[in-house]
Amino acid sequence: MKPRHSYLMLELSTERKIRNWAALIIISVMAISAIVPLFFVFVHVIKSGLPALNWAFFTSLPTPVGQPGGGMANSLWGSLILVTLGSIIGIPIGVFGGVFLSEYGKGKIAFIMRFVVDLLTSVPSIVVGLYIYSVVVVPTKTFSAYAGGLALSILMFPFVVKTTEEVLRLIPQHIREAGLALGIPRWRVILSIVLKGALPSVTTGIMLGIARIAGETAPLLFTAFGNRFWPHGLGEPMPSLPVQIYSYAISPFDEWHNQAWAGAFLLMTMVFCFNLVARLLIFRDKPSQTL
Amino acid sequence: MINKDLVLSIKELRAGFGNAEIVKGVSMDIHRKDLVALIGPSGCGKSTFLRCLNRLHEETEGAWVKGKAELFQQDLYERGTDPVEIRAKIGMVFQKPNPFPSMSIFDNVAAGLTIRGIKKRSYVADVVEYCLKQAALWEEVKDKLKAPGTSLSGGQQQRLCIARTLAISPPVILMDEPTSALDPISTAKIEELIMELRKQVTIIIVTHNMQQAARISDKTAFFLLGELIEFGATAEVFTKPQEKKTESYITGRFG
Repeated sequence: MKPRHSYLMLELSTERKIRNWAALIIISVMAISAIVPLFFVFVHVIKSGLPALNWAFFTSLPTPVGQPGGGMANSLWGSLILVTLGSIIGIPIGVFGGVFLSEYGKGKIAFIMRFVVDLLTSVPSIVVGLYIYSVVVVPTKTFSAYAGGLALSILMFPFVVKTTEEVLRLIPQHIREAGLALGIPRWRVILSIVLKGALPSVTTGIMLGIARIAGETAPLLFTAFGNRFWPHGLGEPMPSLPVQIYSYAISPFDEWHNQAWAGAFLLMTMVFCFNLVARLLIFRDKPSQTL
Repeated sequence: MINKDLVLSIKELRAGFGNAEIVKGVSMDIHRKDLVALIGPSGCGKSTFLRCLNRLHEETEGAWVKGKAELFQQDLYERGTDPVEIRAKIGMVFQKPNPFPSMSIFDNVAAGLTIRGIKKRSYVADVVEYCLKQAALWEEVKDKLKAPGTSLSGGQQQRLCIARTLAISPPVILMDEPTSALDPISTAKIEELIMELRKQVTIIIVTHNMQQAARISDKTAFFLLGELIEFGATAEVFTKPQEKKTESYITGRFG
């Protein structure tokens, strides 16, 4: 049918303008309500945590109940060890798993692997903790940093596999062909050209993965368990910030509550900084790739 | 007897994907320092044919190749032939400029050497300079060799890719529509460069631009629906084509 309206009728319709405004307002309200809770969490944690934070918090061991002062130095140190252990196991599996799926990811094995990785990313972290408890802690008859690191790595690697696969797929096929056409063997093309080209984005994925496991509590509860002393060895129970926060938060003592808030503030700040650095890496890298 | 001037000898080459046959029995001899243009309408198999010559075709899923293609009397598709070795002897320039991401201009040109194990710095630096000069890019980039390859303009990127190919000093270079993504000025520069390179290298170039084929090549092959219709001196093909189909295509009746 031949249109019976003129373009002027469309342009000047006030109804269209109103609808446009309404849509904009709805979207804005939704966007703001997504940000507001985060803002409140931030403010609350800062308000409760910052006053309890002092130098001793970073340098001393926890004190017994009733004795003021003390800190979470052992937990900080323990968290660092656990996250490092988790990363040492999780990053290589994650990155090379991602490389496999992106570069050789055809056929049944890849299909199954992709499916398993997808499932793993949604497995509740407490389940991972229980699993490690039954296969590592029970046979070795001790809670240990190894068990904790293993649990963290299981939470980390599916995430790194997925991000690595995704960013490698962003490298166009003709870049790989250019490498092959130079007489470079396939594995070197993947390592020295594809992976190298995507390295900033792969690093970002890794950092987000680290930020993710740094705040995990549930998988550590019955694997690394925690204690109130300096870490002795990797074969023994290992304190960690999230578990320490948890045990202080459920205690009945005000002094410990304050410490838990301080720990929460610290944990939040660390994870926030990690995320920020990861995002900055993305932004720094974008311009040169799109040009 | 070995004919030293015979660079590529292709006999009854067939190639395709799955059930589809895209190159349907092409035979062609290419001699030293020939500049051969492959012309024909889209989908006529000229790019696939080109990609068979450095065994890049097989990198696509479902690809197959039959027939014979010899480089200096060595069968490219003989059992046990390493495609990596073949590709080191036959360079390729692609349609879209594709410098390696996150690599500097210098590293892009050096990639073929350094990644394959030639690491001596002074030697690599010499080769990079030489190849950039050959690709007529040296003057434009000599002060910013550490800048990312992707920071260059499209035409410069394509010349960078040519320099990268030259660095492995292949006797044959394949070009798959190297100027179709470029503006006329960059195109002119690349064409000039090709004319210069042909003094040393055998070049096979796929082009959609018939003026380009006429301008730069000395032999032209006309492909249609996977078959090689006509192959001869460019002047002959364009002025006195032997085949009716060639004439129709060149005069613009189809394609």
